[in-house]
Amino acid sequence: MSPALTTAPPPPGAAAPAEAPPAAPERRPRLTPYWLLLPAGIWLAVFFVAPLFYQASTSVQTGSLEEGYQVTWHFATYWEALQDYGPHFLRSFLYAAVATALCLLIGYPLAYMIAFRAGRWRGLLLVMVIAPFFTSFLIRTLAWKSILSDSGPVVSALNSLHLLDVTSWLGLTADDRVLATPLAVICGLTYNFLPFMVLPLYSSLERIDPALHEASRDLYAKPSTTFRRVTFPLSLPGVVAGTLLTFIPASGDYINAQLLGSPREQMVGNAIQKQFLNVLDYPTAAAMSFILMALILVMVTLYMRRAGTEDLV
Amino acid sequence: MIPTDLFDGMSEPVRKAWERSLTSGRAAMSRRRMLQGTSLAAGGALLAACGIPPAEGGDDGQDKEKPRDLSDKEKVLNFANWPLYVDVDDDDENKRPTLDAFQRESGIKVKYIEDINDNNEFYGKIKPQLAAGQDTGRDLICLSDWMAGRLIKHGWARRLNPANLPNAVANLENRFRNAAHDPGRQFSYPWAGTAAVIAYNKKATKGKVVKSVTQLLEDDSLKGKVSMLTEMHDTMGLTLLDMGKDSADFSDDDYSAAIAKIQKAVDSRQIRRFTGNDYMDELNSGDIAACVAWAGDVVQLQFDNPDVQFYLPDNGYLFGTDDLLVPAKAKHQKNAETLINYYYQPKVAAELAAWVNYICPVVGAKEELAKIDKELAQDPLIVPDAKMIAKGHNFRQLSEKEETRYEDQFAKLIGA
Repeated sequence: MSPALTTAPPPPGAAAPAEAPPAAPERRPRLTPYWLLLPAGIWLAVFFVAPLFYQASTSVQTGSLEEGYQVTWHFATYWEALQDYGPHFLRSFLYAAVATALCLLIGYPLAYMIAFRAGRWRGLLLVMVIAPFFTSFLIRTLAWKSILSDSGPVVSALNSLHLLDVTSWLGLTADDRVLATPLAVICGLTYNFLPFMVLPLYSSLERIDPALHEASRDLYAKPSTTFRRVTFPLSLPGVVAGTLLTFIPASGDYINAQLLGSPREQMVGNAIQKQFLNVLDYPTAAAMSFILMALILVMVTLYMRRAGTEDLV
Repeated sequence: MIPTDLFDGMSEPVRKAWERSLTSGRAAMSRRRMLQGTSLAAGGALLAACGIPPAEGGDDGQDKEKPRDLSDKEKVLNFANWPLYVDVDDDDENKRPTLDAFQRESGIKVKYIEDINDNNEFYGKIKPQLAAGQDTGRDLICLSDWMAGRLIKHGWARRLNPANLPNAVANLENRFRNAAHDPGRQFSYPWAGTAAVIAYNKKATKGKVVKSVTQLLEDDSLKGKVSMLTEMHDTMGLTLLDMGKDSADFSDDDYSAAIAKIQKAVDSRQIRRFTGNDYMDELNSGDIAACVAWAGDVVQLQFDNPDVQFYLPDNGYLFGTDDLLVPAKAKHQKNAETLINYYYQPKVAAELAAWVNYICPVVGAKEELAKIDKELAQDPLIVPDAKMIAKGHNFRQLSEKEETRYEDQFAKLIGA
């Protein structure tokens, strides 16, 4: 990185090298990073590593609530879960991917506008992006139920424009309604996760020096070329961060499918919830959670490999 | 003491169970000894140590090792119930008239928590403590009959002392005493009765009356506007009845056939959603034209929307109770009994029923209800008439294995 870091002023402990033996001042600053990591480390150990370990154990147990669960290293649970719930996994990733793409399409122009053209409205616009967080996720999703109600104005308008015929031809809606269709679930996901896309995009766009745009213009680049060769590449860290922050929670989400979907739109999160809370089949539920985590991890790794993470902050 | 006409109309075994219950003594129910001590798998001792202990409580926990009842010293009661299941003052949400009156009258401070949203979910929550022989922190809980039966079977419910329950013993409607999961009501008393019926929005069906589950599942004019309940017993029980089976005595094949019948409707997009209580809004607006609904909800909707109607299917409807019981190791059993006894006064029961609108299990409540609201007292969904009573069917008691298997099939059906 910058050469300044290598010649950073010595920490206070090393301020008087003449009196202390040379080894001592070096050891103290080495410990400091660990102390700084400690709170987060403990937090992660208690609330992430330990539950993960417990879930791993649960996923290879067999038995029933009545007889108790024993660890029998029954890895077949994973295979069975994948077979039984394959469609749920596919659907989750498909919906999450479409929602992420929509978020990018809607969020990029918005973030661009806020970063470069909003002027004194910038603060207000940012607050408006975050404003939905002042209400609970659940309430916001429930509100969509009234908005998209079968007899509501939105659906009537879409119907009179014959837009629903198009979406229904695409298999996104059915029977001239929006609720309880894939479209409703995807819209819900897009809406709920949009801020997670806009904020990273904004922060990476906002950091771009306007002088670079001027330089590009001076070199006779058209605005579209400037965007393609300068702005977009520089905003890539934001795009990567935004897509990850949208895609990962969206693929594990179950609220949108539960409230806005029909039984045919249930996602893997719904299946995990049902197995944990209603069927009380803990091993299957734990195995599904691990499969979901593993699949997301693989996809994210491949994505990061392609997109590159050097500049990702 | 015990009125002699109490046992009228009961079958011999039920009467016996009642007598046992009222004269206390050893457990009348035979307890199942479960296979224990399945050996731990070799290797991975650390992971293996995480195993979940068996649900079997180990020993009765009631007669041998009676936990201390602190009721006389501590005038408190932790009461866990479902949301919207007790009367609330119209003007002040924090005031609960019958519960407040109980606190004044008895001097017992009730900590009322609405933390039961789903039987299975709540079971998963308290099971670890119950299995480990610990106090759940709740002295009185309200669960659907089949789940109450599961706790009783495991020995996780405390035997109630009839001496503390004179009102309940005398005023419980006879037909509630004949409960398969708790013969003679030794461990549980109904808080309210529930009926799963068919409800429809007349405006949304364009005047058409929806009369059967088959019609719900197959009538084209209802396509995409039908919902059923996520509560397996109610949805499946009603469907089994519709298919001419007995919900109290059906086979695995019957169950699978009923699943297949509903699955067909899911695949054809006839069914819009499977819901908890949240179908009420949509039934009211007409997004759901017809559904499987709980009678008490229908009564509440009808206050504001006369288009909402119910129908008792010709083959009968599914009837159940939500029962109050005291979990094992609870610290305030006597206080809990005092509360049960309080709610079995006809006047209090009527006040509760007038707000909750579920079926009232207390004799004499009808007359008291008439004083509050004449119309409500005539509503068969709150005080069932003979015809309504005759059509009610219970759901079969399931073993935990069956329960898991059926719930799993049902979970797949409802899309998760």
